[in-house]
Amino acid sequence: MTAESASAQNLRTCVQQALDQARGQGATAAAVSLDRGEGLTVSVRLGELETIEREQDQGLSITAYFGQRRGHASSTDLREDSVERTVEAACQIARSTEEDPCHGLPDEDRLAFEYPELDLHHPWDLDSDEAVRLALECEDAARADARIANSEGAEVRRYDGIRVLGNSLGFMGAYRRSSHDLSCCVVAADEAGAQERDYWHSTHCDWRKMQDPGTVGRIAAERTVRRLGARPLASCVVPVLFEAPVARSLLGHFVGAASGRALYHEASFLLGRRDEQVWAEEITLTEHPHEAGGAASAPFDAEGVATRERTVVDNGILRGWFLSSYSARRLGLASTGNAGGVRNLVLESREPALSWDELLQRLGRGLVVTELMGQGVNQVTGDYSRGAAGFWVENGAVAHPVHEITIAGSLPDMYRGIVAVGAEQDRRGSLQTGALLVDRMQIAGV
Amino acid sequence: MPDERVTDGAARRYLLDPGELTPQTLEQTLAHAWSRACDYADVYLQHSQHESLTIENGVVKDAAFTLEQGAGVRAALGEKTGFAYSEELGPEQLLEAARAARSIAHGDRQARLPQSSSTPPPAVCGYDNPLQNLDMEQKIALLREVDETARRLAPEVKKVTATLASAYEVILIASTEGVYQTDIRPLVRLNVSVIAERDGRREIGGHGGGGRYGYSRLLETGAPARFAQEAVRVALLNLESQEAPAGTMTVVLGHGWPGVLLHEAIGHGLEGDAIRKGTSVFTHLMGQRVASPEVTVVDNGTLPDRRGSLCMDDEGTPTQNTVLIEDGIIRGFLYDRLNARLCKTESTGNGRRESYAHQPMPRMTNTYMQAGTHSPEEILASVDHGLYAVGFNGGQVDITSGKFVFSASEAYLIKDGKIAHPVKGATLIGDGPSVLRRVSMVGDDLELDDGIGTCGKDGQQVPVGVGQPTLRVDELTVGGTRMHDG
Repeated sequence: MTAESASAQNLRTCVQQALDQARGQGATAAAVSLDRGEGLTVSVRLGELETIEREQDQGLSITAYFGQRRGHASSTDLREDSVERTVEAACQIARSTEEDPCHGLPDEDRLAFEYPELDLHHPWDLDSDEAVRLALECEDAARADARIANSEGAEVRRYDGIRVLGNSLGFMGAYRRSSHDLSCCVVAADEAGAQERDYWHSTHCDWRKMQDPGTVGRIAAERTVRRLGARPLASCVVPVLFEAPVARSLLGHFVGAASGRALYHEASFLLGRRDEQVWAEEITLTEHPHEAGGAASAPFDAEGVATRERTVVDNGILRGWFLSSYSARRLGLASTGNAGGVRNLVLESREPALSWDELLQRLGRGLVVTELMGQGVNQVTGDYSRGAAGFWVENGAVAHPVHEITIAGSLPDMYRGIVAVGAEQDRRGSLQTGALLVDRMQIAGV
Repeated sequence: MPDERVTDGAARRYLLDPGELTPQTLEQTLAHAWSRACDYADVYLQHSQHESLTIENGVVKDAAFTLEQGAGVRAALGEKTGFAYSEELGPEQLLEAARAARSIAHGDRQARLPQSSSTPPPAVCGYDNPLQNLDMEQKIALLREVDETARRLAPEVKKVTATLASAYEVILIASTEGVYQTDIRPLVRLNVSVIAERDGRREIGGHGGGGRYGYSRLLETGAPARFAQEAVRVALLNLESQEAPAGTMTVVLGHGWPGVLLHEAIGHGLEGDAIRKGTSVFTHLMGQRVASPEVTVVDNGTLPDRRGSLCMDDEGTPTQNTVLIEDGIIRGFLYDRLNARLCKTESTGNGRRESYAHQPMPRMTNTYMQAGTHSPEEILASVDHGLYAVGFNGGQVDITSGKFVFSASEAYLIKDGKIAHPVKGATLIGDGPSVLRRVSMVGDDLELDDGIGTCGKDGQQVPVGVGQPTLRVDELTVGGTRMHDG
């Protein structure tokens, strides 16, 4: 690891001081996290600069324990007296709330006293003039298509942040993470005056590994133009192919239902299903928090617990949950290093992954979903009903675009009903998968 | 010396004094941004305290306090905006933000800033800090009442979670258009969620509400017991629910919160940024009929104590009652200053921002449909076969295509003009510009929601209100799992 800058040292000192103050005020244990970041966002629209935004973020957050009682406070003001007041607020809350035997710092042996360097920090020396140039290049590429009639613009963002975490068990960790983004959103219109909008974005911690501006613009235009002429369907029951970017949401619902909070609230359709088959038997889900340069990689979780590679679903069998120290204790289990979220959960099939054309062939007659709308997912029952747009497929070929329909079913049936997985994975976020083909769902339309 | 206004005093105490700022430093900041030839500049200072307290499993063991403060400086030239913010309040930080913000403009200007005035608009709520309205023991007692009421109501209730949250926000806005305003914005909310179980089947029910007042109002109105009863009622009802129908049918929407229909189907499409850019499906529909003459929809930020209410928006413009649709015809759009200036019209007081770290844009306040003439019973009796939806989770819209969804959490099948049985939650989808044409009956029972709405747009969350009377919509697509059997 390279030598840390003076500012990183200052942040560690600030974290340590807050920990010491908490102990000084009678806390039996405490944890403090401090985030700081700096960024630039530039957007253009219709060939002109639209906004330049400079970001400066900071925040300190403290959890104080008085025995089995807990208090939490946070502040964006890092001046010494303000930090002290924040510590006081956390201690004050901890003194006045009730005991919970599951409260407390993580078990010491799970803390990441040593942790790997994950290649997440690639600051981008991008000034606003150059950012404008890239954004214009991106939007121009999208507007090169004559059917693109209007634009919501293109945006370039760079961000560079540091996180420092410490607790009263002597853990002190820090890592830097950069995050860069390039996006474009355009509007297409047809002769009848109907308008459609879609977008595309590329994101990476290493700016050199993002898609180039021209590619992002072209994909945004393609995705928008192909929606023109959309119409509703008659209600029917057919197989549904979720394009990779929307297939990620199915993993998201799984993570929600398999998270400690949903389980101890008994608000999960996965309750009691561990070691049972909940996905199609070809499907495996693995978590890769240490992937170098990964979209959601982290050396330790939000409590300082070491993250680790693991298998969550093995050949369709549910083998693990997503737990923090607290939720783990509630369930009589051990933390899985998932405080603060899931990190690079990858879905793979032991069957050969299919190309897009092969997936359409396999679908035969049915619906391709490219957009989902609304909140119609019930985590308690697994009932699923959402607005959708996409394409109608006949004989393995796209027949026409579709909108103003809903798709409905139940998540347990959908997970077990996956019959094919696409080869091309969307790896832009913490949930990573190819396209997913589900054997049957109810479509509601005209 | 005259008495200092309450909001000015709070702004001095929370925003100016801690950062060693004065009205003169703010003027210097504005002058600095303004010294390049921009059309407009503003500075927004904010201090917010937020508290939340949760009871779960009968134990109040989760509480959090958040302090957020900072300053945002914005400069605009034509359609260009420069924006920077800082979490540190101090003269140097403000000047630095002004320097970054003005980078969109070139060329110098000598002209003096217009004189600022600070005549405050009439208040829409009280200014007490809700965090200090009850002591910790009283807050815990309130949550216990929720928990105990819910458990007492039915043996099927397995889990009760309730959260009490409040915010106290102090803001100061100064702009090159002569605005110098201070405001205090309290907000409280109580949410209840229960899980009920019978014969191995588990279902959830929830209810919540609040507004711009102190916790004591929740107690005075009996909210803890009432919300608990409502959450239990919905959970028990869902235990009986059958599959929802799939397909297009007549839908009767209940009064109050189902007004989320208006927010999604038309409200977002009438916001001035999308109108200016021509990306809204409503862009060219001003003065056109989009609904039957019985339909009038307004956005009203001036209602007392409502969650979506504000005496002024985040640009210091007084809020107002804006008619969006009058007797079925589109009459108004919602504007902030930037979009109003570019569209050569006036701001409607709808320039809102999530915080100092976000840029203002046109947003709704309380959006609702005025009452009609039909009784709810008459409306239900008019339907042979359809869905009666009274509870919703929320919705989403694509303003360009006009397609919108909203998801029912409490719904019933209607047969022969009568409620037959409860059905599972389902998503409803429709087309914004055409859905109101299908509103064939408007109830006489206008009600606003209980104060639970949060609207997201471009990643910014702001509290809003919705409302409507009972409505009959002749055709709406219902996303259930059971095919329509005629």
